[in-house]
Formats: sequence, C-alpha cells, structure tokens
Amino acid sequence: MSTRQLLVSATVIAGLALGASSALAQKKYDTGATDKEIKIGNIMPYSGPASAYGTIGKVQAAYFKKINEEGGINGRMINFVSVDDGYSPPKAVEMARRLVEQDQVLFVFQSLGTPSNSAIHKYMNAKKVPQLFVATGATKWNDPQHFPWTMGWQPNYQTEGTIYAKHILQTKPDAKIAVLYQNDDYGKDLLKGLEDELGAKAKTLIVAKVSYETSDPTVDSQIVQLQGSGANVFVNIATPKFSAMAIRKTYDIGWKPVHYVNNVGASIGSVLVPAGLEKSVGLITTAYLKDSQDSAWKDDQGMKDWFAFMAKYYPDGNVKDASNVYGYAVAQTLVQVLKQCGDNLTRENVMKQAASLKDFAPTLILPGIKINTSATDFAPIQAEQLARFDGKQWVRFGEVLGK
Amino acid sequence: MTIKPPVSADPSAMNKNRIIALVALLLIVCALPFMVSNYRTFQLTLVLVYAIALLGLNILTGYNGQISLGHGAFYAIGAYVAAILMDRFGVPYYLTVPVAGVVCLAAGFLFGLPALRLEGLYLALATFALGVSMPQVLKEKHLEHWTGGVQGIVIIKPDPPFGLPINQDQWLYYFTLAVLLVMFLLGWNLLRGRVGRSLVAIRDQPIAAEAMGVNSALYKSLAFGVSAMYTGVAGALGAIAVQFVAPDSFNIFLSITFLVGIVIGGLASIPGAIYGAIFIQFVPNIADQISKAAPWAIYGVFLIGFMYVMPTGVAGAVRIAWARIKRKTGGAGPT
Repeated sequence: MSTRQLLVSATVIAGLALGASSALAQKKYDTGATDKEIKIGNIMPYSGPASAYGTIGKVQAAYFKKINEEGGINGRMINFVSVDDGYSPPKAVEMARRLVEQDQVLFVFQSLGTPSNSAIHKYMNAKKVPQLFVATGATKWNDPQHFPWTMGWQPNYQTEGTIYAKHILQTKPDAKIAVLYQNDDYGKDLLKGLEDELGAKAKTLIVAKVSYETSDPTVDSQIVQLQGSGANVFVNIATPKFSAMAIRKTYDIGWKPVHYVNNVGASIGSVLVPAGLEKSVGLITTAYLKDSQDSAWKDDQGMKDWFAFMAKYYPDGNVKDASNVYGYAVAQTLVQVLKQCGDNLTRENVMKQAASLKDFAPTLILPGIKINTSATDFAPIQAEQLARFDGKQWVRFGEVLGK
Repeated sequence: MTIKPPVSADPSAMNKNRIIALVALLLIVCALPFMVSNYRTFQLTLVLVYAIALLGLNILTGYNGQISLGHGAFYAIGAYVAAILMDRFGVPYYLTVPVAGVVCLAAGFLFGLPALRLEGLYLALATFALGVSMPQVLKEKHLEHWTGGVQGIVIIKPDPPFGLPINQDQWLYYFTLAVLLVMFLLGWNLLRGRVGRSLVAIRDQPIAAEAMGVNSALYKSLAFGVSAMYTGVAGALGAIAVQFVAPDSFNIFLSITFLVGIVIGGLASIPGAIYGAIFIQFVPNIADQISKAAPWAIYGVFLIGFMYVMPTGVAGAVRIAWARIKRKTGGAGPT
C-alpha cells in the first residue's frame, strides 16, 4: 500500500468515525426530550401566601410560546408544564414527583421558594433530574459537590453581603459598622457574606450586631441600641415590613449613618413609600436587573423588546412588576442552555451546559454583569451594581461589583 | 343537626352484605399500588394520611361539636416528633408513629382542659390561635437545635422490610393503610358505643347529657386528646411519606383544609373522613389544571357546588342514595 493510499484510507476511516460519532451525538435523548419537543417542568405558587410570585411562571410560559412561534430551539418545541404548589413544601414534593414520574419532564426549571426547593432537593438529586435555576436567593444551591443536579440563578444573599463589604472597604476603610439582621437562614446568610468579605477586619469594623424575630412587633429598640454603639455605617438586612420600620426609626431619632438596605427590603412601593420617601433619601442598595420604570432604559433595545413582548404575549401582566423582568431574564438563560445542548438532550448534558455558560448576558440584565458558570461554580450571577435613592427612584452609581 | 341511624329490615343479611362489600373494597384498595404509578401511589398514601387526620378532627367537631381551627398544629407536632426521633435519635420510623400519637394525646388533653371553658366560636378562635402560631413556634431560636429552624428536617425514606418484592412507595402505602385500619377500627369501636353516644349527647343536648350523668368536662377533654392523637399519628405518617418537615408545611391553611375536609366528607361519619381526604388531596390539583390565573376561585366553586348538592357531605349523600336504591329494589344492598 502506497503512502497515498494509506493516507486516503486513514482519512476515510477517520471521517467515518467522526461521522458516526456525530451521528450518535445527534440522537442523544433522556426522558422528556424527542426530535420534536423538550418537556420542561415548573413549580410555582399560583395559590397561597406567595401567589404574587405566580406571575413568574406565567411570563415564562408566555416567553416559551414566543420561542415556539419563532421555530423553537434547534427545531424542537418547548412544552412547559407548570404546576401549583401553593408555597407548601409537602405539595412541592407531590408536584415534583408528578413532573418527574407522571409527566416525565426532562428537568424541573425555576421551582420557587426556599422551603419548597429544600423539600425536593434530595429527591431531585437522588433521581438525577436537574433542578435548574431555582427561584430563591439561598446560598446552599451552589453546592455542586454534594448536589450536582441543583443550580440557582440570581445573586445569592452571601454575594450581596460581599458587595456591601466591598463598597464599605473602598469608601470608608475606618467604618464603624452596625448590622440589623433577621434571625433566620436568610439573615445569617447575608451577614456571613458581609463578614467573610471584611475578613480579619470584621471583628474590629463591626461594632454592633443585633437580630430581630419575624414575630417582633417593631425593631425600634434594636435601632436605638445600634445607634448607641456609635456606628457610622448601618447595614439593614430586613424583610420589607421591618426594613421600612428601621428606615423610619433611624431617621426619626436623628441617626445619620451610611445606610445600606438589602435588596429584599428595598422595594419603593412596599418599603420606601411606607417608611416615607423623604426619610429614604441616600439609602444604598444593590441591583442586577434593569428596572422597567427607570427612565434610563427608555431607549434600551432589551427593554423595548420586553415591552413589545409583554404587550403581545402577556398583556395581563403588570409591566411595573419586577418579577416579570426577572422571569423573562431567567427564561432567556434557559434558552441559551438548551441551544448549547444542541442535539444532546440528556439530563447530564443539560447540567453540563448550564455549568458551561460563558459571559452570557440576558437582555434585561444590567450592563457589565455577565453570567458565568463552571463545574465548580453553580452560582450564575455573582455581580451587582449599587444604587442610591434620590427621593424618587434608585439611581445606579459606581461600577459593577462582584465576579 | 341530627344523625339518623341506618335503618335496616334484616340486620343479619345486612351485616353479611356489608362484610362482603368491605372485604371487596379492601381487596381493591390493596391491589391499587400495583395498578397505578408510584406517583399515584404516593398521592393515595397522602389520602390515607389525611383520612386519619380527618377522622381525628371529626371525633372532636363532628361527634362532639367542638370546632377546631387549629388541628394543623397537632399534625405539625406529630410530624416533628417523628422527624426529630428519626433524625436525631435514629429511632426506626414505625416506632415514631405511636410516640407521636402519645405526645399529641397529651398535648390535646392539656389544651382541651382550658378550652373547656370556651364554647363554639370562642373555642374556634382559641384553636385558631394555636394553629396560626405553630409555624412561628417551630422557627423559635431555642428549639432550632431540634427542629432545624426554617430549614426543616429531611427524613430518609424507609425500605420495605423482610426483602418484600415491592418498592418504597408501595411499602409506605401498605404501612399507612395498616395504621389507618387500626385507627378506624379503634374509632369505630369508640364511637358506636357508650362513649360515642355520650359525645353526641354533649353536642346536641349538653344539659340533658349532664343530667343523665355524663361527665361533660372529662368527655370533652378526652375528645380533644383522642382527636389530637389521631391527627398526630397522621402527621407522623405524613412526614415519613413526604420525607421533609418545615414550619411552612403547617400553616393555618392546613387547619382550615382539615375543617373543609370533614364538612365536605360528612360530619359525624367515619367513611366521611375518607371522602373528605380524597377531596382535599385531589380538588386543588384539578383546580390548578383548570385555571392558573385563579385556582382558588375554582376551588371555591367546587366547595359551593359540593355544599349545595350534598348538604350533609358526601357521606350523607351516599347514605341517601343507598336508601333510595334499597327502597326501589326492595332488597338490602351493601352499604
């Protein structure tokens, strides 16, 4: 055999092998995926105490409808099966089992709420079905070593804590910090992020730490106690009702620290208005998504597209509700993951592609923030921008902080 | 309200028929896990769990006339007793069920003592307070070491014993079914005799009951204790089936759901507990499938519909239907 012949046959064999392997790769499916559709499960509190969040499931259903009308993903239609758990953990278990065992979905996407996701955490990982982009801010979803089938999406509470710490270290290295936090996993999570980032200095910089219980009638005594510590920086880690009380009391007793309010308790409508807009001037919080009511985005293409989408596919949806921006952005991220999956729609590959996002930016995320994940990093968004309240709206300032 | 004892022309034939019907029903119930998927088996297990809880509440509210809006609290106590025993002390799951029952019996009896002074709506409010405070009590800092705080406790699912060739879901179903049969037999024994008559007498004619020598205070507290015990046993079984407990699992809505269950199923009726359990397990799912926008409105329509069509609950409707069939055929059908 001549060298030429050898070369040719080698090339042919290599070509055949390549062709065969790519043909194999083309036809890789797990339960829930076929040539025609991708079946996705979703658990939302359409009823119950957290039903206000139900709009996230609705906006996502609308977004997938749009994707389907535009030809689907790699030619496959999305079949979005969204069910109600009423924000009840036992019901969430029942619904997760329904989606996995009865409806046979490829994976569960955006199940909402820390209690509900905790309830199904073990089940999903035992079944090896992805529990993808869960809608909660707890840090525990970023644990690929023990729970390789679960991934969060939004910046978690610890990330937010580190961002406040970074800003304090940059602007007030000799700060005397007072912290108010809710005494549960959420409050402690955020506080941990703050303390970790301050590092060895945490002990000296934090001069007072006071907690409250959700059953407390007010946080007035806590605020007075924090003021008494002589602090000049106040980190307010509280849910809306308590956040509003803390803001008002701080102003009323004449305490004027640099006041950081955590994202959970920074809504204009449910916190700042009740606290008093004039008392809220100068507050600092974080943001990672574009605000549909912010005039800065009037000519932004992403925001224009979103308004057009809302008008066409979800006209009942409230365009002032940040949850509709959020749901849209997460759905975009999922579409990116599924595009990356190509024709290999196994559960393993869905997780692999979700953990291989590189510099992805949903159109409604703040400029400068990118989604990056890896096999050891299951926390998609880890950067936020600070914003200061000017008496009317949150005005973003400085650069994006975080990773 | 009045309860009519079932009328029968020929008691012995009636009994024979009834036994045949019961055995047939039991056979079907036993065969179910092999006819449906594991997910459906899990749902049916929850129906059995709710049926036990509803029978408990029915003893108190249906038979004894004391309205409780806080039975979710006893359900929670039962669930947490089982979860803590399994998680912290490695107690086998089957032992946690009787312990949960005993703990709730004591808790219910103790709560029943002061509640004796409260009648009707006032008692409803007191129990409402119990139900509404329970999730916060479970989050309490000092209990966190045991309860796991808001994070709750994850429980490991039990394997079938003796190498039985069935899966975990099927085993849990049979285990729950066995507990249900024992609890229903106990309940039936308790309610058809002197105790049952005393409870009903206190409900309908408290003064006459006292005059006839019924110790009203004792019976009322006992009813509370036994009722809580049933609900606690159900809570323990529910925790084992769901494999997770957290304070948010036991909010006030659970207590209200139980009350809905006994009214829909049929007050003061033992089979009513099962009908009610089927309602509270499946109707919310149906409502969600009909409308995502307003599942509660659909649920409400179902509730009103049931109340309008079957004012004495499903059990009452079944009773009336059988009576009609019997009158028409002239024979004794099974009940």
